[in-house]
Amino acid sequence: MDAFRLYARYVGVSLRGQMQYPGAFIATSVGAFASTVTDFVAIWALFARFRQVEGWRFEEIALFYGVISVAFALADGLTRGFDVFGEQFVKTGDFDRLLVRPRSTVLQLMGYELRATRIGRLGQGVLAWAIGARLSGIDWTWSAWGTLLFAVAGGVALFSGILVLQATLAFWTVESLEIANTLTYGGVEAAQYPLDLYARWFRNFLIFVVPLGCVSYFPVAAVLGHGDRTGVPEWIASLAPALGFAFLGLALVAWRFGVRKYTSTGS
Amino acid sequence: MRALLVPYLGVFRARFNLLLQYRAAALAGFGTQCWWGAIKIMVFAAFFRSAGATPMTLRQAVDYVWLGQAFLTLLPWSVDPEIARMVRTGDVAYERLRPLDTYAFWYARAVARRTATPLLRAVPMIVTAGIVLPLLGLPQWSLSAPAGLAAGALFFLSMILVIALSSAISTLMDIITVATLSDRGVNTLIGPLIIVFSGSLIPLPLFQDWLQPALRVQPFAGLLDIPFRIYGGHLADADALGGLARQAIWVGVLILLGRLFMGRTMAKLQAQGG
Repeated sequence: MDAFRLYARYVGVSLRGQMQYPGAFIATSVGAFASTVTDFVAIWALFARFRQVEGWRFEEIALFYGVISVAFALADGLTRGFDVFGEQFVKTGDFDRLLVRPRSTVLQLMGYELRATRIGRLGQGVLAWAIGARLSGIDWTWSAWGTLLFAVAGGVALFSGILVLQATLAFWTVESLEIANTLTYGGVEAAQYPLDLYARWFRNFLIFVVPLGCVSYFPVAAVLGHGDRTGVPEWIASLAPALGFAFLGLALVAWRFGVRKYTSTGS
Repeated sequence: MRALLVPYLGVFRARFNLLLQYRAAALAGFGTQCWWGAIKIMVFAAFFRSAGATPMTLRQAVDYVWLGQAFLTLLPWSVDPEIARMVRTGDVAYERLRPLDTYAFWYARAVARRTATPLLRAVPMIVTAGIVLPLLGLPQWSLSAPAGLAAGALFFLSMILVIALSSAISTLMDIITVATLSDRGVNTLIGPLIIVFSGSLIPLPLFQDWLQPALRVQPFAGLLDIPFRIYGGHLADADALGGLARQAIWVGVLILLGRLFMGRTMAKLQAQGG
């Protein structure tokens, strides 16, 4: 409980700090909105030209896109400390200071900064979600809401796990590796379309190795009433996002191992 | 004439060598670009499978995507960070003391920036997409050869115009940075503009038909769409020459505009710092 209070304080301080420059905050958020909304423009343009893709319609893709965008925006805003871990903590030796404090390193890194400007990305995700929800005429039952919110939670956990792994690698590589971007930004890019469009090896990678498919493809397809195309029964589809949490759990085990192996770069 | 060019060639060479140092970044970028290209191609392939008539062939779209990944850093994504720093610290005033034409000087810097790294990045991408993929048994996903000898030659000319155009836009962005005292606004705005209007997002011919006339005349098409369509034979003969002409006209217009704007900005330059 105490940890939660401390985290809330971290968040409060971080937000107050960012609100000291309201102009910059608004400009950056609007910029984030503009630069991410282009992906949605692409979807619109492709459907304006082709009408449908393997039986999927525009509003359905909009929902896939909305769910994964919202999940990534939340994760990206929450895990800034892990994202910049190599440069800000390992290279400078600042991680030593985190280790001597009587709190878990994960909590301290989560509290490092809450990136409020991610509201731009979040906003366009919510917008796409709303468009998809409205046009596809889904019956918004409690179970549909529950499935999608659980999908978002699983997505946040999965993306956070990827960023924790990136930070863990920095114990050895010192610099943060840009290659993790293929799974975060690239993951959003891939998961905005239903996985049945992809080649089999790629689909299997996105289900069994980095379970992006489990946090969006299965549950969203089930809510849209297209569970038959995924080949997975509905109860599995709505539970599949749990794999995102499993991924995060494994990432945290790896993180703990990395912390034990950590040797300071000194100063 | 030669003596006149020496300082511009000097700054070009110095920047070129500096930019070649970032090899690790290029390697990480390469991995990302392969991944991105693969996703895009699979998505396009799915759309093309589901449609009857298409404005370009899948073959042309695949080439377009790989070339786009290969020449990604050729586009004017951001203000020259060195010039942004000069504006921030007030050092930009020194630029006025050099016995050189500031526009040409900055333009030469931009050309160096738009050739060193992009060339480094294009080679492995073209080799991977053009040679490795067919060897792996994925010829339908690979980058194919230009549509013909003429297409290849015109593509080469068009790419030279791309460098000229990209540098003209870059320099214009530098000057806006001087005028607005910050690179933030320009850097935020230019990304989405380039992504949508150059064809980097999706090939421009795939946009709806009623948008085509507008897309054809805007300057960003010359950064990517025109050369890549020439490569795949989508723009051929007179159309290809028309494309080159549109690129050349935009280079001229933007350089003229840049010079005019620079004159006005520098005349009332306020240096920051102290």
